Amino acid sequence: MRTTTVIIGAGHAGLAMSRCLAERSIDHVILERGEVANSWKTERWDSLRLLTPNWQSRLPGYGYEGDDPDGYRTMPETIAFIERYADVISAPVQTHTQVTSVCASDGGYLVATNQGDWQCRTVVLATGACNIPNVPAVAQAVPPAIAMLTPDQYRNPDQLAQGGVLVVGASSTGTQIATEIHLSGRPVTLAVGEHIRAPRVYRGKDIEWWMDVAGVLGERYDEVDDLNRARSVPSLQLAGSPERRSVDLNSLTTIGVKLIGRLAGINDGKAQFSGSLKNQCVMSDLKMNRLLKTIDEWATENGLDDDVEPPHRFAPTELEAAPPLSMDLGSGAIRTIIWATGFRPDYSWLDVPVLDRKTRVRHDGGVVEAPGMYLMGIQFLRRRKSALIDGAGDDARDLSAHLAAYLDGQSAAPRS
Amino acid sequence: MSTTEKSVDNGVNVEALLGAREALTAAPEGAKFTWRATCKWVNGTHSQSTVKGFFGLGEEQSHKTEFNFDADHPEIFASEDHGATPVELVLAGLASCLTAGVAAVAQMRDIQLNSVSATLEGGMDIQGILGIDSDVRNGFDGINVHYEIDADASDDDIKALVAQSQKRSAVFDIVANPTNVTVDVN
Repeated sequence: MRTTTVIIGAGHAGLAMSRCLAERSIDHVILERGEVANSWKTERWDSLRLLTPNWQSRLPGYGYEGDDPDGYRTMPETIAFIERYADVISAPVQTHTQVTSVCASDGGYLVATNQGDWQCRTVVLATGACNIPNVPAVAQAVPPAIAMLTPDQYRNPDQLAQGGVLVVGASSTGTQIATEIHLSGRPVTLAVGEHIRAPRVYRGKDIEWWMDVAGVLGERYDEVDDLNRARSVPSLQLAGSPERRSVDLNSLTTIGVKLIGRLAGINDGKAQFSGSLKNQCVMSDLKMNRLLKTIDEWATENGLDDDVEPPHRFAPTELEAAPPLSMDLGSGAIRTIIWATGFRPDYSWLDVPVLDRKTRVRHDGGVVEAPGMYLMGIQFLRRRKSALIDGAGDDARDLSAHLAAYLDGQSAAPRS
Repeated sequence: MSTTEKSVDNGVNVEALLGAREALTAAPEGAKFTWRATCKWVNGTHSQSTVKGFFGLGEEQSHKTEFNFDADHPEIFASEDHGATPVELVLAGLASCLTAGVAAVAQMRDIQLNSVSATLEGGMDIQGILGIDSDVRNGFDGINVHYEIDADASDDDIKALVAQSQKRSAVFDIVANPTNVTVDVN
């Protein structure tokens, strides 16, 4: 089979790209290993809500039309939202089509799947940033009596044995899961490494609204000082809840979750935790205050001070004076460990030499080194918001323009 | 970013550091260093350690001169006090590492330092090393580092310098995180 462009992945990013290619009348197909919004259907826990408010899911030719713009979608609502987008834009999705390899072929790419091969001139990798859980090697030293789960396998606390739970990682996922497991009566210890604290609501407005209007989310990849760093910053400690609750380390301490340092090693069944917890929290508080300062300055410059609540600062993160540095994993106190230590993309099927030594795709704002290959939906791909649903639109518009120009240039150039 | 001449001078060659970072990102094998020390027993609890050579950037390197460090214990330990205790040398190492980091980060962030001083305290219950109570660890039960910094920056920016310096510090990592140590003989 032949087409001009193959998009791999029918999530919000692949669909946004499809819509932009359709506007340019570029013939394309979307290959999806499962169904539209597959990860949302199969790899999320039950109580999860989108971290961004309803109004903020703006996709090319599509957006929120309900009466609760400030709410946060449940998973079924998120799935319905993305499925409806695929319908609205009549996206040419081939479901249950697993890509097994992509290799250079005939001036373009040969995309092999379990449903036959596609020859195309350009290819868009929209398979997402969260394919493989980043479980640290130290997991191999966990005693066999302790069950281990990654967030894509976790659904709800009923899945877990009664007894203590160690949640490793205090970003958005870790803090949310720690909260609900602890409230289910299973005492949680949370191992905290680098994390980014952020209030759900500041001066009466959603933090995402502030970051959107103040241009923080729109900041471009070629404007930041340290792009590598920007691309590896952990997710904001945010949760979507009807009460618009903030989830931070203080809220966890209040309900009784025990905070300890980053999991540094396991030796002879003893887990060892870093003594850096205090500094991790100081850094996070400082970063949050820097963000709030940016917001305050923007509000003043734009004459908003009278329309929103006055500026204020949140209580610093409270820690016990000497958090424990070790824990006997053989004592039976911990029955389950949840690795909320992030995810990485899976490019094992990509037979084109574009990966760096850390198996990340080498790209310039989504334009991959290999001509005619594009990347979508990766953290800080082109903008700080690139990995958000709301970030797919601008990236798809930019990259589809680049792709169209590439096709024009390729057609004009003599074929060798 | 503009390339105007920087007025901030903390004596740190940031261009060289950034150049090294760029070069070693491209050639990560050059980033593998081995640090070495030797130590000779003198008498009693007195010993003398020496550093000179190390390995890095793919080849043997050397300090300009050899540096020696006497270590001993004070007289209340029935020793002759020919030098700092080894645990004080650890505090000195942590302080020097963090302080170098403060200067480097300040230079990187265009912050002029006027003065930086650190005071460190490590608490220790010596029932551990004396074998009186096996529940007491040998090492510090905690380390406090206090900085006094005068710099042309806001309080939060100064706090961020100190925080970032901990994040990038080798000795902070060595002290705060477990390290496999193997000791063999002959």
